Amino acid sequence: MDRSSLQRQLANLKKSLFDQGNLDEQFYQLEELQDDASPNFVEEVVTLFFRDSSRLVANIEQAIEKCPRDYVSLDALVHQLKDSASSIGAAKMMKDCTVFREYCDKRNFEGCQTLCLRSFQKVKNEHSTLRQKLENYFQLLRQVGPAEKATRSGK
Amino acid sequence: MERPLFYARAEAFPAGLRVLVVDDDPTWLKILEKMLRKCSYEVMSIDGETSRVMKGVQHGACDYLLKPVRMKELKNIWQHVYRKKMHELKEIQTHYNNEDINILRYGSEDLDDRNLTDGITNISSARKRKDVDYKEFGDQEFGDPSRLKKARVVWSVDLHQKFVNAVNQIGLDKVGPKKILDLMNVPGLTRENVASHLQKYRLYLSRLQKQSEDSTSGGNMPSDLINNDNVANFELASSTNMQQCSEHTKFVGTSENLIQGIIDDAHIGDIKKIVPVQVIESEKGLISDIPSSQNVNSVPQLSALFSFKGMTPGVEEKAREPTTPKHQTLHDGAPRMQFMHYPGQGNCTMLDDYSYLSSSDQDHQVSFNLSSSSPVISTTVTNEKDMKDLSEMKPVPTDQRNAHFAVVAPVACMTGSVSLQIKHGMVHSQDDGAICKLDGSPNTKGCSTEQIDNQECLPLTSEFSPKSEAELDSLPGDLHLCSIQKFGCFEDVGFGGAENLQDIISTPDTQVQNDWYISSELSSDYLYETVDYPLIDECLFA
Repeated sequence: MDRSSLQRQLANLKKSLFDQGNLDEQFYQLEELQDDASPNFVEEVVTLFFRDSSRLVANIEQAIEKCPRDYVSLDALVHQLKDSASSIGAAKMMKDCTVFREYCDKRNFEGCQTLCLRSFQKVKNEHSTLRQKLENYFQLLRQVGPAEKATRSGK
Repeated sequence: MERPLFYARAEAFPAGLRVLVVDDDPTWLKILEKMLRKCSYEVMSIDGETSRVMKGVQHGACDYLLKPVRMKELKNIWQHVYRKKMHELKEIQTHYNNEDINILRYGSEDLDDRNLTDGITNISSARKRKDVDYKEFGDQEFGDPSRLKKARVVWSVDLHQKFVNAVNQIGLDKVGPKKILDLMNVPGLTRENVASHLQKYRLYLSRLQKQSEDSTSGGNMPSDLINNDNVANFELASSTNMQQCSEHTKFVGTSENLIQGIIDDAHIGDIKKIVPVQVIESEKGLISDIPSSQNVNSVPQLSALFSFKGMTPGVEEKAREPTTPKHQTLHDGAPRMQFMHYPGQGNCTMLDDYSYLSSSDQDHQVSFNLSSSSPVISTTVTNEKDMKDLSEMKPVPTDQRNAHFAVVAPVACMTGSVSLQIKHGMVHSQDDGAICKLDGSPNTKGCSTEQIDNQECLPLTSEFSPKSEAELDSLPGDLHLCSIQKFGCFEDVGFGGAENLQDIISTPDTQVQNDWYISSELSSDYLYETVDYPLIDECLFA
């Protein structure tokens, strides 16, 4: 009973992640890669991702602080972040990054700096949100047990 | 992992393909690794570092995949490897089967290290670092995978001789590539090789015919002469230079006055060579192909082959040709020599009417063969400096009708890995197997790439052609072209890839203005060592 409710919870969580656009198709791909040889593959990847992306986010923040007008480098950094996000299918994050980059592109328009900052804030927020959600997800997953390895059923 | 034999590996594929994944994103790296492992490939991964990545690209990435990468795409990459393997297998066969065929697979000197058996490299080139992953298949020990890329058949003197014999045997009208192939009986030679060679030969023949009609004097070059001597020379030249030239085409003089040269077929593309164009007289038409190097990694410098052979050119008699020294005749409408030479560094010394630059890196031999009647000036240009000497060389006095010039027309033979950029008069090699054909004429069909990926070269080719003509003038001062009206024929001149020769021959008029293209990267080696080269009066070197 517990288990099945856990399973249900898990399924719901996953579903919401997808529905809300936090995750996309790529996540399924990761799950498909998981096998006996690497039973915790998805979790490992996600962990790796967050480790790396946190570093990136910090870099970007620093860059914005130091040279807020250096749109070229900002753009490059955010692009990198976006690419990273695409690896696990963090769709919303990717979108936010895109918005930021668009502002960067336009550059020196009035209020550009503010807008850039704001949009980056969004990126950051999504980053933390996603991280939190996924942490919950994997926790649940672990509780549910490997047999209940998340599959597409959750969708 | 132990390096399995080329062939053995073929059986094992696609499993066991070695893949190198390069990415700067650790997350992606992990994912891709996993994906590839699932395909039973062997994976090595590297964190993307620009230099490494660029190296991968340089080596000729075969494919690129955009992220996010799907398993399906990965599963298909083996095709590249397979294709390459097959191709290389073929190359290897040809290589071993033809001793005097220089197959330029590797443009660089590391040829020996090249492990022919290994190394199918299939590299995915990344367009953007962030977006794409690099995958490199094949033996990583392979230093320079791109070198493996193209194998060209080198039309050495012997081979060409066989070819001509076969053609003559069959009869020019009835000849067909298959028949020739059978008659020649050269293992490893494909029908396509022969077909394109035949095409060039025919073109050449017809040009010569035409020229001989126009020619006034009949410097007849006894074809046998050419044959004999040229063969030697040709070999010489070919063997020396060509490390990178894979093909030489010899021109055989068949008609009484004509020395027909055949421009090497596409293979020439590989090597950038200066095609010595010797305009001797209208009669002599000779163009020797520049051996096309197959993969010239380090692009052979274009060496202008001018052999001014000290008077003793073996073929000297040819000199008799009452040809006005071409070198002088830029203007006088007499046969003019067209030099297309790629300067190594853009040093071009104008030799009277022509200037040509020797390629920088390697020695190029520039040998001008002047007719025997005039003191043959044998010059071996080993570097720019030499070139200057050459220029200093007074062109044979006009009264030296017999002067023949071997003009090296820089035929753009680009090896697969070399791409000629005439723009700057420099040839830069890129390991992408581009084939450039430089020639005076817009005719770029010489550049046929049978065995190579032509795609890259085509654009180059076209780029070149116009340059040769119209844009020559606009070329940097370094390039000077002497256009030679007629070309002498060299029998066995081995040049690399003188594809243009045909063109050169065919468009004498337009070439008046032509400058030389000098490609710095062209290896002059390709040109024969003048020293040994008994003077072939006219040699066209490519």
